[in-house]
Amino acid sequence: MSVLVLGHHNGSALSPATASVVAAARKIGADIDVLLVGHNLTSIASEAAQLAGARKVLLAESADLAEARATDISDIMFAIADPYSTFLSAANALGKSAMPRLAAKLDVQQITEITAILGPDTFERPIYAGNAIETVKTGQIRNVITVRTTSFEAAAKGGEAVIEHLSPLPSTGAVKLLRTERDESDRPKLDEARIVVSGGVSLGSAAEFERLVYPLADKLSAAVGASRAAVDEGFVPNECQVGQTGKVVAPELYIACGISGAIQHVAGMRGAKVIVAINSDPEAPIVKLADYALVADLFEAVPELTEKL
Amino acid sequence: MADRESMQVDVVVVGAGPAGLSAAIRLKQNALKSGNDVSIVVLEKAAEIGGHILSGAVIDPVGLNELVPDWQQKGAPLATQVTSDRFRYFTSSRAFDFPTPLLPKLFSNHGCYIASLGDLCRWLGDEAEALGVDVFPGFAATELLVDDMNVVKGVVTGDMGRDRNGEETSGFTPGMELHARYTLIAEGARGSLAKKAIARYRLDREADPQKFGLGIKEIWQVAPENHREGHVEHILGWPLDDATGGGGFVYHAAGNQVIVGHVTHLNYTNPHLSPFDEFQRFKTHPEMRKLLEGGQRIAFGARAMTSGGWQSVPELAFPGGALIGCSAGFMNLPRIKGSHTAILSGMRTADLFSAALLDGRGNDVIEDAKNKVLAGALHDELHPVRNAKPLLSSFGTIAGTVLTGIDLWLQQLLKFSPFGTMHHKHADNDTLHLARNSTEILYPKPDGVLTFDRASSVYLANIGHDENQPVHLKLADASVPIRHNLPQYDEPARFYCPAGVYEVVKDASGMPSFRINAANCVHCKTCDIKDPAQNITWTPPEGGSGPNYRGM
Amino acid sequence: MKILVPVKRVVDHKVNVRVRADGSGVETGNVKMSMNPFDEIAVEEAVRMREAGTCDELVVVSIGPKQAEDTLRTALALGADKAILIESDERVEPLAVAKLLKELAAREAPDLVLLGKQAIDDDAAQTGPMLSALLDWPISSFAAKIEAKDDALEVIEEADNGREVVTLPLPAIVTVDLQLNQPRNVSLPSVIKAKQKPLERLAAADFGVDLAPRLEILATRAPDPRPEGKRVGSVDELLAALRSHAGLLEGEAR
Repeated sequence: MSVLVLGHHNGSALSPATASVVAAARKIGADIDVLLVGHNLTSIASEAAQLAGARKVLLAESADLAEARATDISDIMFAIADPYSTFLSAANALGKSAMPRLAAKLDVQQITEITAILGPDTFERPIYAGNAIETVKTGQIRNVITVRTTSFEAAAKGGEAVIEHLSPLPSTGAVKLLRTERDESDRPKLDEARIVVSGGVSLGSAAEFERLVYPLADKLSAAVGASRAAVDEGFVPNECQVGQTGKVVAPELYIACGISGAIQHVAGMRGAKVIVAINSDPEAPIVKLADYALVADLFEAVPELTEKL
Repeated sequence: MADRESMQVDVVVVGAGPAGLSAAIRLKQNALKSGNDVSIVVLEKAAEIGGHILSGAVIDPVGLNELVPDWQQKGAPLATQVTSDRFRYFTSSRAFDFPTPLLPKLFSNHGCYIASLGDLCRWLGDEAEALGVDVFPGFAATELLVDDMNVVKGVVTGDMGRDRNGEETSGFTPGMELHARYTLIAEGARGSLAKKAIARYRLDREADPQKFGLGIKEIWQVAPENHREGHVEHILGWPLDDATGGGGFVYHAAGNQVIVGHVTHLNYTNPHLSPFDEFQRFKTHPEMRKLLEGGQRIAFGARAMTSGGWQSVPELAFPGGALIGCSAGFMNLPRIKGSHTAILSGMRTADLFSAALLDGRGNDVIEDAKNKVLAGALHDELHPVRNAKPLLSSFGTIAGTVLTGIDLWLQQLLKFSPFGTMHHKHADNDTLHLARNSTEILYPKPDGVLTFDRASSVYLANIGHDENQPVHLKLADASVPIRHNLPQYDEPARFYCPAGVYEVVKDASGMPSFRINAANCVHCKTCDIKDPAQNITWTPPEGGSGPNYRGM
Repeated sequence: MKILVPVKRVVDHKVNVRVRADGSGVETGNVKMSMNPFDEIAVEEAVRMREAGTCDELVVVSIGPKQAEDTLRTALALGADKAILIESDERVEPLAVAKLLKELAAREAPDLVLLGKQAIDDDAAQTGPMLSALLDWPISSFAAKIEAKDDALEVIEEADNGREVVTLPLPAIVTVDLQLNQPRNVSLPSVIKAKQKPLERLAAADFGVDLAPRLEILATRAPDPRPEGKRVGSVDELLAALRSHAGLLEGEAR
């Protein structure tokens, strides 16, 4: 069973998500090839070639493809699909856009965002924002699968995959990139971060959020999250919202500062491995959910923690 | 207010509960019979019909038999007939059965059904819509439209999209005026418009004060070996002391589900008493523990109910409409059943209004409405039990129950009551003793298995409530909780509220302040009833807010 | 332009879902249902384009049981012109949904299909891109802003490393994300008017599309319960606890 993995990168480095997808691929089949699409991929390709378990790194490389859209990527995957029985990608924005297109072209029902592999054809995946886990079995010969990368350990280094260039490349499609508004901070992305520090409405104001949450996040190289109420109050921008209607995160460590733990918030962070709650209200639901709960005055405890780290 | 749209209908009904929907159905049935086209709108503040309905419930089908005689063929959700019935008394460690032959026959639940009143309302809603009634869930009636002649001309639905300061947000949608020839208020116990109408027209001037109880209910999925479908138990005694009225209930519904609940009468005297915690404690009785152990709690809710009965029913009709159901108060307390009487009151009232509409009348007073509605079945239901609540209040649970039993036997056998008609002396807000004269109550900590805290309980009520809206629990004077209630009564709101809406928090310097977590509110109305200063007014939040009960 | 918005009826996002005791799925029989919130954002966006004059006809479609009519009525109350119910009582997988929508697109000839990025029940996030592949129309995913420019759209997308601004020609597919807009409150007058708007009922089986599920759902379970938490008394105690997890606090900047 040969597997094609869609490699993720940001134009200069391989995304760590790729290593997790390769690790998942090894549980499904052998002969794992990693596809990279873009321009000037030499160093990214050599990073990918070191992933344990990778057989080949396939490069679709051209100046046009520097700005490849999900539609272009799914077209390239479809063009080289013949030898493969399984297609894997991280369940990030690119994977979520490209993979279902590939699946439809192959007439395959995709399996989205698996969190466990129970057998080559049987997977677990969260539904209802993680409030239930479904075991699905595919009867299809070929499968398209996206992977929740935080559920899989990254593949180790030490592989020696062969790097191959693909040609000819299909022409790019009708969707054109006009410009990019990159995240300015070097903070990790909320849904990829190992550590998330989140603030709630009890912080009282945008200024207090800035004063308490950001320094702690900086100290831990953590992403910053927020409850819906804090976003509604305008303390932080929308994209920080963790919850059923915001981002669903599953970091190693989640530190909730002054968050009560409303259902809709919990749905977005219950997958965290370790949850810490710092809250003045001992009755707050998050205090009960947390692995470690510190019932204390937020405005004292959070700066103290930041200082002592 | 110029940008409000309006619509003219014949009848607007406030509240899609058993009374409101029965009235709407009956009005349409009467209209079909007389060939008189009648337009009816039912407004419901819950996001969907039944979403705010909470009842035991063991339902006596007498009302439904009359309203939709072929309800069984039509698949009304009354499936589990009561097969066995027990009436018990708990001490802290033991349970005693009241001998069945001594119970007056009205205590029997034979022929009744264990059901969800919410599900029944959903079904009645479909019946109503099939007859052409327009039912609009998600819209709360927040004001009565009263003209210069002091006549009710309809209602206004609440604005949506105001922020917590009352300012219009980008999502602002003004309320709508529903102009009606008659307005029927069917909001259930302590309705917010009913309260205004009763005050405005002094409807209660010849009635005793209304009395209330707070019912708290959970649905449990229990181990199959503990389940006896159709079995019903009513329980008096522990954990309430003899001076505090109330009791528990256990109904074995279909699908290994058991409905467990507890009512605390709101004329209790100790300000530290917490009906929520009394219920949690009730579940730790050995008998309850045996039943629930290994089970899982799947739903929670709470709602105030009326218990004043016959003496407390106010005048029903006001200029331009009437109160129906528990907005007036037709609960039969010893039977703890009120949904059949709600249905009957809706129907009887509808008959009066159908006749008036046919005569071309509107926006006037229906004469002698109370006597007409309270005749026949409702008289026979409520009059004999009229002394139960006063006897319990005066003599405590044990003696009161025995005396009620004697009273009912005498009436059943001799058509005579030695007590005549006893009266309710105090409103429930008037019964608290001062905190310094009351013992503090230390409730056991929840174990997370059988007993729970308020937060995890409210979680199971599936509340939806946009925080960015004006607080719907209005304080007439914001200083009263800390200035008056705290020193005198230890601010009982934080104890009587089953949903943790009210808190007294201290700042760094130890200064207490009163916090209202409006988004926790399960719309039970207890605060409006029990606040000793009568300083809290419960008003409807944005339509669609509040719990989303299913199967309650 | 003519816009088609597919909407799905799902368990309301406020409801705390419960897995059935026998593992046969999530309890949906006795819970409040409503429109998938992302689809509601799509409807809202289309209504705004309708109000701005960019859109001259707005059709909503739902594939599901008869009760999905309620969802369609909500969309009509939000401002859609016409609704279509493609009725099916069975589980319809995203691939089959996309195939049904392809057939419907052939009949309705929309210029734009606007839909939620995912449904909050199965969290599959497939219908939009699949429809784009089947129709061979360009797609923009996770839209945070949509602007119509002549025969093209300019869309700001939520991408993996920030936001990207793309242009794509019509006809096209756009999936919408949370930040796009805040759906309006449905007003009572609009609910009343929605009762008069056309709602067409079709049977999924009549579309000539293979609706048989490809995936078998073997079981559904509740997520693993979290181990019992611990109350710590001070910041120092908290730090000690966190340091007992090897490597947990070694934050690495990326």
